[in-house]
Amino acid sequence: METQVLIIGGGITGVGLARDLALRGIHSVLVEKRDIAAGASGANHGLLHSGARYVRSDPMAAVECREESALLKRVAGHCIEDTGGLFVAVEGDDEAYVADFPSLCSRCGIACKAISAAEARELEPVLSERLIAAFQVPDASVDPFHLCLDNLSEALELGSRVMLHTRVVGFDRDSGRIRRIRLINDETGEESWMTADLIVNAAGAWAREVAARAGIEMDLLYSKGSLLITDQRLTQRVINRLRPASDADILVPGGTVSILGTTSIPIDSLARIVPTVPESDHIVETASAMVPSLKTTRYIRAYAGVRPLVGSRSMDDGRALSRGFALLDHATDGIENFISIIGGKLTTYRLMAEKTADLVSRRLGVDRPGLTAVKALKPFAANRWTAAGLSPKLWMKAKAPGDLLLCECEMVPASAVDAVIDGIHEQGGLPSLYAIGRRSRVGKGTCQGAFCGLRINAYLYDQGRLEGRQGLADLRSFLSARWRGMRPILWGTALFQEELQEAVHCGYLGLELGGRR
Amino acid sequence: MTDTAPITCDLCVIGSGMAGMAAALFAVNRGLSTVLVGRTGEIIFATGFLDLMGVHPLEAGTLWNDPWAAIAAVVKDLPQHPYARLSTATIRAAFEEVLAFFEAQGLSYSGFPDRNAAVLTSVGTVKLTYRVPLTMWSGVAARQHKAACLLVDIQGLKGFSTHQIRATLGGAWPNLRTVKVVFPGTHPEGDVFPERLARSLETAGSRANWAAVLEPHIQGAAAIGVPAILGISRSAEVMRDLEKRLGCPVFEIPTMPPGVTGLRMKEAFERGLAGRKTGLLLENKVFRATVHRNSGFLLEAGSMEPDRTVQAAAVLLATGRFMGGGLQADRHGLRESIFNLPVHQPERRDDWHREDFLDRRGHPVNRAGLQTDEFFRPLDAVGRPVHPRLFAAGSILAHQDWIRMKCGSGLAFSTAYAAVENVKAELQKG
Repeated sequence: METQVLIIGGGITGVGLARDLALRGIHSVLVEKRDIAAGASGANHGLLHSGARYVRSDPMAAVECREESALLKRVAGHCIEDTGGLFVAVEGDDEAYVADFPSLCSRCGIACKAISAAEARELEPVLSERLIAAFQVPDASVDPFHLCLDNLSEALELGSRVMLHTRVVGFDRDSGRIRRIRLINDETGEESWMTADLIVNAAGAWAREVAARAGIEMDLLYSKGSLLITDQRLTQRVINRLRPASDADILVPGGTVSILGTTSIPIDSLARIVPTVPESDHIVETASAMVPSLKTTRYIRAYAGVRPLVGSRSMDDGRALSRGFALLDHATDGIENFISIIGGKLTTYRLMAEKTADLVSRRLGVDRPGLTAVKALKPFAANRWTAAGLSPKLWMKAKAPGDLLLCECEMVPASAVDAVIDGIHEQGGLPSLYAIGRRSRVGKGTCQGAFCGLRINAYLYDQGRLEGRQGLADLRSFLSARWRGMRPILWGTALFQEELQEAVHCGYLGLELGGRR
Repeated sequence: MTDTAPITCDLCVIGSGMAGMAAALFAVNRGLSTVLVGRTGEIIFATGFLDLMGVHPLEAGTLWNDPWAAIAAVVKDLPQHPYARLSTATIRAAFEEVLAFFEAQGLSYSGFPDRNAAVLTSVGTVKLTYRVPLTMWSGVAARQHKAACLLVDIQGLKGFSTHQIRATLGGAWPNLRTVKVVFPGTHPEGDVFPERLARSLETAGSRANWAAVLEPHIQGAAAIGVPAILGISRSAEVMRDLEKRLGCPVFEIPTMPPGVTGLRMKEAFERGLAGRKTGLLLENKVFRATVHRNSGFLLEAGSMEPDRTVQAAAVLLATGRFMGGGLQADRHGLRESIFNLPVHQPERRDDWHREDFLDRRGHPVNRAGLQTDEFFRPLDAVGRPVHPRLFAAGSILAHQDWIRMKCGSGLAFSTAYAAVENVKAELQKG
């Protein structure tokens, strides 16, 4: 197989790049070793930064965020909820930091309005009574899955290709140039070769591993961040703690839930990225200074991602490093057709993709400007099911007879599951429960997949989409994946739910016994 | 505290799951004046199968055909398991007394003498259990002989697919045909609910209509497997009538919980106990308990708030675990809900659950619970009974994992039986 550009990595940068190139008429193939947004792109707050968070530590990043967030609200508005945000300080927080905040914001051109503690509590009643300062900023909430999927769908519609579950296992080098790329599909075991004029490494945290396969050493650090999801939306706005960036100081509403985080733990290996019990305790304890009810609210899941940080190895606190990005042309390392785009953040993905596409265009001798700053992102029907709260609305409105609800917690009907599966097929993926869950609210409600997993399994057999013992294998791997997020938050009602799930899946169905007999 | 006079009794059973219901039954059968207080809990999720002991040791995942041999092995290897405090005669007697009661309530059971039976689940896995609802019994032999059977699916019944069952069984049971039918009187495109279908099949007209739908599909099938919808209170009768109409054995396969199998048990217990003048405070919970060394227990109960008082000489705690509400967990630890009894538990929350949900060894938190003396009396921090007439039974007990060991019903019945015997003995001491 051959293409002009091979993109490695199906995170927001990779799919954003695929779309940007496609709009310039450049053909690309995107390979992703797991699934779309399976890394940091799908494991963050879903916060569209106004930039206010970086006004002190990284004013350049702050300005980038300000410009990009305003731009995305125009061109990708359907993936964004323009909630607005608050920065709040509580008793004991650094008052000098608070005092400097408005002028730092204004230096970066970020709108920032001081309001009284009482006004802030009127806007968001869950805020602590011990508030000492509050400012309004133009933060917003973004659905990263929706954003990734729509970028990809538009690129595909324009003729690009995607290969999911496909990993780069080697580069075939020939005097300063990558001649061929060897790929393997982890689902089928099938190996293949690809030739490309240019290869872009957009593998996020895995960029270092990809570069290493080409013999290039990359200075990329890993910082693990864990987050918690509450079962209800606690605030209308994004809430930031007004202090130097630290743990558990952001609460972001997303549809019908809120997302709380994060931690920042330097790690050396990407082998097992899971949220832990001590992390979840730490997040709850720390954030409750800002919103006391976080101590008593119900959590439905935790998750963890890895931030790839560009920087010096000598620094050990991940937060002090730049959240900016770096575009590396490996011609300087002796490989003329290999580029890496590393670091960055969700809010600036479009800019990263554009800068990369500019370089790609120059190298390919294509003289077309990027269009992503002006051309609206096209919404695709198959991708809209990720939004919390959307599915019930559409289902209630449509009331199509025969459209049974397969996920009763989040009200996802069979028609939505069908649409999502069609989308997966278009992406060349496999309609596993995991893949369906990433593209919809399936498994994200209070049952965490215990019941909807069984209903969808049965439905897929009836539709002829599963055969043999595939369903059991799929159910097991889905439950295992959900478990990583459940384990850190199993107390109170969540533990009740877990016991019920275990009684059904193990006590009754015997799934832990591995299907013998 | 309430104005009305307290209800006085010998024994107050707290909890209306399998252990609580069984305990109330044992108590009235022994002439104790009994009050049962409890909300409808996990019993509605019951599959209808009565497990005695199936898997031990968990790490090896060893399955036992002979549950009594399995119990002997458990008693030897896990001396703290509640079964280690019971004789096999007690466990047998407990089962027999409950099964006789179920039989009298129209809920008949079958099983092999001293052997587990292999039953089919709704995803096509096979489960070992000790006693099987009569309505599911033909399926055991049919599976054993790989008989050519017809599996019936119903349009609109979610979480149940005969395609899935057949595909999962594969070569283990090759001669299966499947058919999906619209249940008479239901919308071909809507949801159907097992309870409604089951209540419908309690009428002869509905059975005739359904038999007419199924009849053309039999085509020489040795037996017909259907979702568990064959009536609620008279399931055996519904099954026999259907078999007569179809001229062929019929067996049920449980639907995804909660189905009607749990409802059958719940209603059988409630019906039978009400007839025996048990004080049933269903949909009630105990809000406060006051303990007197000599006079016994004062329990304030009600549905939303306490509105009546039960004065009991003895209390049997059968409140279950997290689902039943007997144990409560916060981020810092586990506690017992009513008497704040000491709960045996892992030291840190990080040790509650293993990294893999399906880890065969089971999660340590599931072996947390109340530690008792040999009479099933919960112990205080220094290992003495908290009160001479406070007992506990069922899944709240420590050192067992009923879900993974497949010993839920056996544990519930037999510990309730022993505890009630001990209550009686203690009350006779005066």
